[in-house]
Order: sequence, then C-alpha cells, then structure tokens
Amino acid sequence: MITYSFLQHYWWFLISLLGGILTFLLFIQGGQSMLFSLSKTEDEKRLLVNVLGRKWEYTFTTLVTFGGAFFASFPLFYSTSFGGAYWVWMAILFCFIIQAVSYEFQTKPGNTLGTGTFRTFLFLNGLLGTFLIGVAVATFFTGSDFIVNKGNITNELAPVISSWGNDWHGLEALLNIRNLTLGIAVFFLARSLALLYFVNRLNNQVLEARSRKFLWYNAIPFVVFFLVFVIWTLLSDGFAVDAKTGVVSMEKYKYFTNFIQMPIVLVLFLLGVVAVLVGVVGTWISANFKSGIWFAGVGTIVTVCSLLLTAGYNNTAYYPATPNLQSSLTIFNSSSSEFTLNAMSLVSLFIPVVLVYIFIAWRSMEKKRTDIEDVNADDHAY
Amino acid sequence: MNVLDATLVDWSRAQFAMTAMYHWLFVPLTLGLGVIMSVMETMYVRTGDEAWKKAAKFWMTLFGVNFAIGVATGIILEFEFGTNWSNYSWFVGDIFGAPLAIEAILAFFMEATFISIMFFGWNKVSKKFHLAATWLTITGATISALWILVANAWMQYPVGMEFNPDTVRNEMINFWSLLLSPVALNKFFHTVLSGWVVGSLFVAGISSWYLLKKRETDFALKSMKVAAIIGLISTVLVAYTGDGSAYNVAQRQPMKLAAMEGLYIGESSIELVPFGILNPAKKSYKDSIDPYLLHVEIPSLLSLLANRDMNSFVPGIKDIIDGGYPTKNGPALSFDEKHKRGLAARGALADYQKAVVAKDSVAANKSKAILKANYAQFGYSYIDKPEKLIPHIPTVYYSFRIMVMLGFYFILLFTVILWNQKKIEKLNWLLWISVLSIPLGYLAGQLGWVVAEVGRQPWAIQDVLPLNAAISHISANSVKITFFLFLVLFSALLVAEIRIMLKQIKKGPEVE
Ligand code: HDD
Ligand code: HEM
Ligand code: HEM
Repeated sequence: MITYSFLQHYWWFLISLLGGILTFLLFIQGGQSMLFSLSKTEDEKRLLVNVLGRKWEYTFTTLVTFGGAFFASFPLFYSTSFGGAYWVWMAILFCFIIQAVSYEFQTKPGNTLGTGTFRTFLFLNGLLGTFLIGVAVATFFTGSDFIVNKGNITNELAPVISSWGNDWHGLEALLNIRNLTLGIAVFFLARSLALLYFVNRLNNQVLEARSRKFLWYNAIPFVVFFLVFVIWTLLSDGFAVDAKTGVVSMEKYKYFTNFIQMPIVLVLFLLGVVAVLVGVVGTWISANFKSGIWFAGVGTIVTVCSLLLTAGYNNTAYYPATPNLQSSLTIFNSSSSEFTLNAMSLVSLFIPVVLVYIFIAWRSMEKKRTDIEDVNADDHAY
Repeated sequence: MNVLDATLVDWSRAQFAMTAMYHWLFVPLTLGLGVIMSVMETMYVRTGDEAWKKAAKFWMTLFGVNFAIGVATGIILEFEFGTNWSNYSWFVGDIFGAPLAIEAILAFFMEATFISIMFFGWNKVSKKFHLAATWLTITGATISALWILVANAWMQYPVGMEFNPDTVRNEMINFWSLLLSPVALNKFFHTVLSGWVVGSLFVAGISSWYLLKKRETDFALKSMKVAAIIGLISTVLVAYTGDGSAYNVAQRQPMKLAAMEGLYIGESSIELVPFGILNPAKKSYKDSIDPYLLHVEIPSLLSLLANRDMNSFVPGIKDIIDGGYPTKNGPALSFDEKHKRGLAARGALADYQKAVVAKDSVAANKSKAILKANYAQFGYSYIDKPEKLIPHIPTVYYSFRIMVMLGFYFILLFTVILWNQKKIEKLNWLLWISVLSIPLGYLAGQLGWVVAEVGRQPWAIQDVLPLNAAISHISANSVKITFFLFLVLFSALLVAEIRIMLKQIKKGPEVE
C-alpha cells in the first residue's frame, strides 16, 4: 500500500539521494578551486579547464533539480529557508551564476572581462560554492532561527507564513562552529574528488603525479573535519518529533540513536565512508590505481544520502527551528499533498531513464583519457 | 508581527521583472537558433554537402555563447520563488512546484547531456548520432519551455486545485487540467514560436550583413533561405496563436483585456482600435474624459475577437469594477461584492482555525462551509480599493500594440525576403532592413511578456493571491541590494556576450 507517509519518506529519500549526487558532482567546483595551484603552465590550465568544463552543467543542473524537487515535495522548506536565509542562498546563487558563463566565455575573443577574470569566477565558485553549501546543509542538524505560523495568512497587514528571527537572514549560520566544520569538510571533499577525477581522466603524467601529491593535503583535512562534524553531531542533542502529537523536543544523542534504530542506514553510511577511503588510499599506494573516483564518488553519494536520511527519518525534524522548536519542519508537516507526491512519484520513474542516457552518451564520448592534443584538436575547446 | 514595508513589494517586483526580462533576452534565441541549426545539420546529413555542416557549426557557436548566459540567468529565477515570493511558494507550492521539478528532471538533463555531444562529439560519434544529439538538445530546451509555461499559464488561469484550510494552502486535485489547460497550450505555442521568430530574424540579419560585406556569400544565402522560410511560417503562426492568447485573456482575465484595449466603458458589438493615442488627462476610471486623443476604429471587431461573436458585450474597466454586466454565469459581481465575499472567506478561515484549536467541530464545519462558498473571491480580501485592480494602462496598451504591429511587420519582411530570394544579394536596402530588424524581434518578445505580466497586476495568481500577500518577510533594503547586484552582474555579462558574438560574426564561419 502506498500511504501518504510512505510517499513522504520516498521523497525525503529522493532529496537525500539528490543531495548525495550533488555533493559528488561538486568535484567540478573542487577542481576549479585548484585551477591556479595545480597547474603551472597555460597548457596544463587549459587541460584542467576542459576536462572540468565538459561536465560542469551536471553539477549546475543537479543543483537546480535539487531546488525544484524540494519545492515540489516539501514546499514549506522551500518557502521558509529560501525566503528566510535569504543572504546565504543569494550568496550561493551568485557563486553559481558566475560559473555558468565562465567556461564558455573565458577564452573567446571579445569577452570584455578577460580570461583571468572568468577563471577567477571559476575559482570563487569552487571556493565559496562548496563551503557555503556545506554550511547550509549543516543547519539541518544545528537548526535555524525562524517561526512558521500558517494562521498569519488571515492577517491583513502582514500575511506572511514564515519569518526569520533575525536580520542576518542566514549569515548567522557562519557563526556556528559546527556548521563551519561541515562547510570546510565539503570544500576539501570536493577537492579530493577532483584530484581523483584528474587521475582518472587525464593523460598527462605531470598533472597526474601532482594530483596524487595534492591528494594528501586535501584528503587528510577532509577526513579530520568530517569526523569532527559527525562525532560532534552524534554526541549532540537532536530534534525529535513525537509521532502522535507532532510536538518537537530535544533528545539526547538523537542522531546516534537514529543510526542504531535504522541499521540499514548505519551500514550504508559506514560502507560509504569505507568506499571513499578505499578510493583515496588506493590512489596513494598504487600508481596504477586510477579508478579511485568511482569508489570515492559512489561512497560520497551513499554517505551523504544516509546522513541526510538520519536528519529526516525516524521522527526527526530535518529543518529545526531554534529557539522556536514547534516551528521545526518535519517530512510530515512540510510536504506537498498526497496527490502531488503521487504525481511527482510517477515522474520520478523517469530518473533511471535519465541516468541511462547520460551513461550511454558519455560512454560513446570518452573512450580514452584526455590530453592537451585532444583539447587543441577540438574546435569547441574552452 | 510588524507591518510589511510597502516598498518591499515594489522592489520584489522590480527584481523579478528585471531578472525575468534578462532571462528572456537569451531564451528565445536558444529556441529559435536551435531549430535553425538542427535543420541545417539535417540538410548536411541528408545531402552530404559540407557547406551545410559549416553553416550548422557556425550557428552552433553563437548558440553556445547565448546558451551559457541563458542558464546563468535561469537559476536565479527558479530560486527567486522561494527567496522573494516565499508566501506564494507555500500557498500554491503544492501545484506550482511540480512543473518546475518536472522541467528539471525531464528537460535540463537532456539539454546538458546532448549539448556536450553536440559541441564535442563531431569526431567522436557517428553522423546520425550527432544529428540526434543536436535535435535532442533543442527538444530539451523546448520541453523546458513547455513546463515553465505550464506553470506561468496556471498563474494566469488557476485550475485543478482546491483550498485546504488545515494546511492553509491550495492543493492539486487534477494534474492533467494543469497541463492541458487551454491557456497553457496556447501560451506554449505562441511563446515557443515567438522564439523561432527571434531566431529567424537573427540569422537573416547576420546573413544579410555578410551579403552586404560581400563575404561568405554561399553560406549567407543558404542561411538566409532557411531563416526566411522558418521565419515566415512561425510569424504567421505567432499571429494566429496571438489571437488565441487574446481570446484566452478576454475569457479569463477581462481586466487585462480592458487594459490592452484602453477600454473603460464596455459595449455590445464594440469596435477594435488598431491605432490610437491614449489621453493622458484621463486620471480615473470614474471621470468622463475620453480615453483617446486620437484613434481609428474597426466596427464590431473587438467583440468578434474577444468572444467570437460580433454582437457580444465586452466589459470595460468601469464595468468590471461596478459589476452587473452579463456573463456566462449570470451578472458579474461588483468589486465591492467580491471584496465582501473575500473578507467573509478570510474571516471564516480564521474562525475555522480557532474552532479547530478549541476542538469545536460544529463551529469548524460551519466556518469551512462559509469559506468554501466564498473562496473564489479569497484574494479580493487583500485588496482594499477598486483602483488597485487596474494595471498600469499605458504600459499594457502600448506594449500590446507595438508587439502586434511588429508581428505583422515581420510577416511582411519575411515575405519580401522570400519573394526576392533570387536577387537578394543586390537589394542593399532589403539587406539593411533585415540587419536592423534583429533587435525588433527581441523587442516584440519582451513587450509580449510585459502585456502578460503587467496586465495581470495586482495578481500573482489570478483572483487567488495578490502580490502583497505573496512576498517574503525580508527588508526592502535587502531586495534593493540584490536587485542592483543582479543588475550590474547581468549587464556586465550581457556586454561580454554581445562583444563575443560580434567577434565571432566578424570572424565568420571556419573553413575546414
Ligand atoms: C517575437 C515575438 C512576438 C510577436 C511578433 C508576437 N508576440 Fe504575442 N507574445 C509574445 C511574443 C510575440 C511572448 C513573449 O511569447 C508572449 C508573452 C507571454 C506569452 O504567453 O507570450 C506574448 C504574449 C501575448 C499576449 C498576452 C498573453 C497573456 O497575457 O497570457 C497576447 C494577447 C499576444 N501575445 C498577442 C499577439 C498578437 C495578436 C500578435 C500578432 C502578430 C503577437 N502577439 C505577436
Ligand atoms: C522569461 C520570460 C518572462 C518575462 C520577461 C517576464 C516578465 C515579467 C515582468 C515584466 C513582471 C513584472 C510585472 C509587474 O510587476 O508589474 C513579471 C512578474 C512576475 N512574473 Fe514574469 N515574466 C516571464 C516569465 C514568467 C514565468 C514563466 C513565470 C512563472 C512560472 C513568471 C512569474 C512571475 C512572477 C511570480 C512575477 C512577480 C509577481 C508579479 O509581479 O506578478 N514569469 N514578469
Ligand atoms: C520564472 C520563470 C523561469 C524560471 C524559474 C526558469 C528557470 C530556468 C533555469 C533554472 C535554467 C537553467 C537550467 C540549467 O541548469 O541548464 C533555465 C534555462 C532555460 N530556460 Fe528558463 N526559466 C524561466 C522562464 C523561462 C521561459 C519563459 C522559457 C521559455 C519559454 C524558458 C526556457 C529556458 C531555456 C530554453 C533554458 C536553457 C538555457 C537557455 O537557452 O537560455 N525559461 N531556466
């Protein structure tokens, strides 16, 4: 039987999965953040730009899909968070707007701002985009200051349902150290993934060797910050929802309990972490091991997905409101109607089709690794 | 809670309008150029003539430059529903979110994947596969237009929903009525075809420039021919679907129609005013000043176009506010009556919420019944004065007239170009006209949106939610800052885009 509750869980799963895929695809941003440091010559730089540039649209489109899917399935989150944490989201959007034109424009004659500026845009997108997304996602565990009151719609002068509790409109999330640790972890993760991607895709010994070396300085900080965030979260109080009354309260070790009570999620989480480590460590120890990105990529998707599942499943409020606990958003009180979730679930059956054609398309395009000759021979190269 | 700042609504509107209009600078060219280059590549695959390949590749380069900035301006629009219209996002998100999500899943990934093959796959995949990729890229773009226009059409003509007092929002009850709404279908064809017109004018104009410079003659003549044929067909269809748009407006948004026509007092068998100058002395719908300084009339035509009946009654602004004229569902309600019913609905909603808290199911049911009976006018409860129902007349009136005139001008232009196909190289005057007509296509498209969007003010969702109840609770200053940030950034990118295009055009198609 497909119940309303099942649909709400299904859509939270899809959102979590999209979050995982998005985090994996942030390797494009990670690569951009090393555009200047990893390459020494112009040829190297062009090579990096071009192997990243053929895939940049996927990260962008996944971000858009993440927004659209959230809107369709949990509209109260969409209205509360975007309208409330205005400045954080605007900052993220700015980082992505400047990315979208940069590949296409950077080496074209007449681009007005100059190649350097567009590459700096790419760098900024890589630096800030990853970090800010990490910080924004961390608030799913640490909470934000907002109030939801649906009764307001009957208020003539200020009929607004959700309002933010302070004038920082989301920037205050940057003052919370736990949020920052996740932001930094995502930043280093994106860079580590990018390095694994370069090892896999590039036919260039210098860049490959340098990528392997860079992996040390990026994977280790990633692991450290990630562990700090996860352990801190597991030891912290979480936002529990009473299944019957919908009342939200603080519960000790809530996220830890969630893992214990949902062993499948725990196992997935651990497998994901292991896969990421296999990808990284394998690349360190063997010079012939080039498929680290596949392990680390799948591992990232699974880990992030299971982390987000613990934020929303098992009677947990995924977008907590502090100090106004009862305004917190849960997958039950913020979702679309059953009818809409049903209709959207049918649409979601197309997702595998999308994945299949993406896979087939790229299989036919990338039969061998890319080197600078390929870039020079391509009349649409960036 | 404090009262919302009055300028917040204005800044939010300005920001949305500015970002949407920027997006619409790039989207029509994507839609139009996409079709033209796909046709050219098809010619190449069928005939094996390398000249067609060269032509397709040249237009693809311009397509790529334009596409990138279209994507950059699109992402902000998507999130603006949340950031700036958060109340809207909750109140109708159950219905409105779906097309946006479907657009992303069905269309954007298709575009993103096949555009890469189109650009980078020339030597990597077979000719046929490449051609398929090109067509799939533009199909993706067109599907994306379909879903966003379904969303927009629903705002103009909300269908397939029901208000749920427990969740305090409108909920979807019929998905197909959303997708198959006559407004959505008509809007899709009119808008996408208008993009083809823009693309055709663009290709024809640039080709004319080469002919004037006596460069790339073969390429330019080939391009010109494709553009003129697609241009003529699509402009005729734009005029046809434009009539459909106006009919839809007349049936469902009478105030917008009255604004488009500058019509204050309705009549039966009313005349159409194809040309006219509004009288700036007319200050209120209540005064008796003649709305026109000068005008030309065609008897009974407006009645015919608006209702498909020469003798029918078309209401003016005053009629819509005073009510009483005949409609299919009996005499029209006056503004006062609608406002009263809206207040009744909103009051009943408040009572219902109190009754639920008090667990008084009798009172709750009673309030629910009142709410239901008056819900159709719910949005009117936020509108205190009848004047607020009237959009800015001159903007809508002139935008509409200029768009329509341009439409007929384009039909003429493409006809003349096709007529003179054989000797066009020698007709410098015609070549110059076609170069200078490029911006006019953009102008017509922008004005079309101004008619559609300014004309529906004050409604975000027709009759359901006015703008002042649709916004986010942020400070007007925040929106002002982001407005200028976007303005500066988009303008800089636009300048870069135009300069890159001009350089590429000067360089011309590559010889292989
Ligand atoms: C090249 C562009 C172009 C051209 C030549 C025309 N249009 Fe148009 N028009 C548009 C581009 C456009 C548009 C940008 O696509 C709009 C904006 C919203 C929409 O649905 O389509 C539009 C809207 C629009 C509307 C408002 C629809 C609404 O409020 O929902 C009407 C009534 C017309 N058009 C009618 C016409 C007529 C009778 C034309 C005669 C030839 C015409 N248009 C030419
Ligand atoms: C890309 C083409 C579009 C252009 C150029 C455009 C233009 C405009 C303009 C000029 C306004 C300002 C009206 C005013 O405030 O007086 C506006 C408002 C608005 N439009 Fe559009 N529009 C476009 C597409 C859309 C679509 C597809 C949607 C919905 C799916 C939409 C939703 C809105 C909303 C929510 C507002 C703000 C509320 C309002 O002012 O009514 N627009 N648009
Ligand atoms: C308020 C309304 C709109 C929103 C929220 C919106 C949203 C978006 C977004 C997010 C993108 C980037 C997609 C990507 O990641 O590749 C985009 C691109 C695009 N949109 Fe819009 N859009 C709006 C209006 C329109 C309209 C009215 C049309 C056409 C009728 C349209 C057609 C396209 C097309 C064809 C693209 C591909 C890029 C381009 O060609 O410029 N959009 N839009």
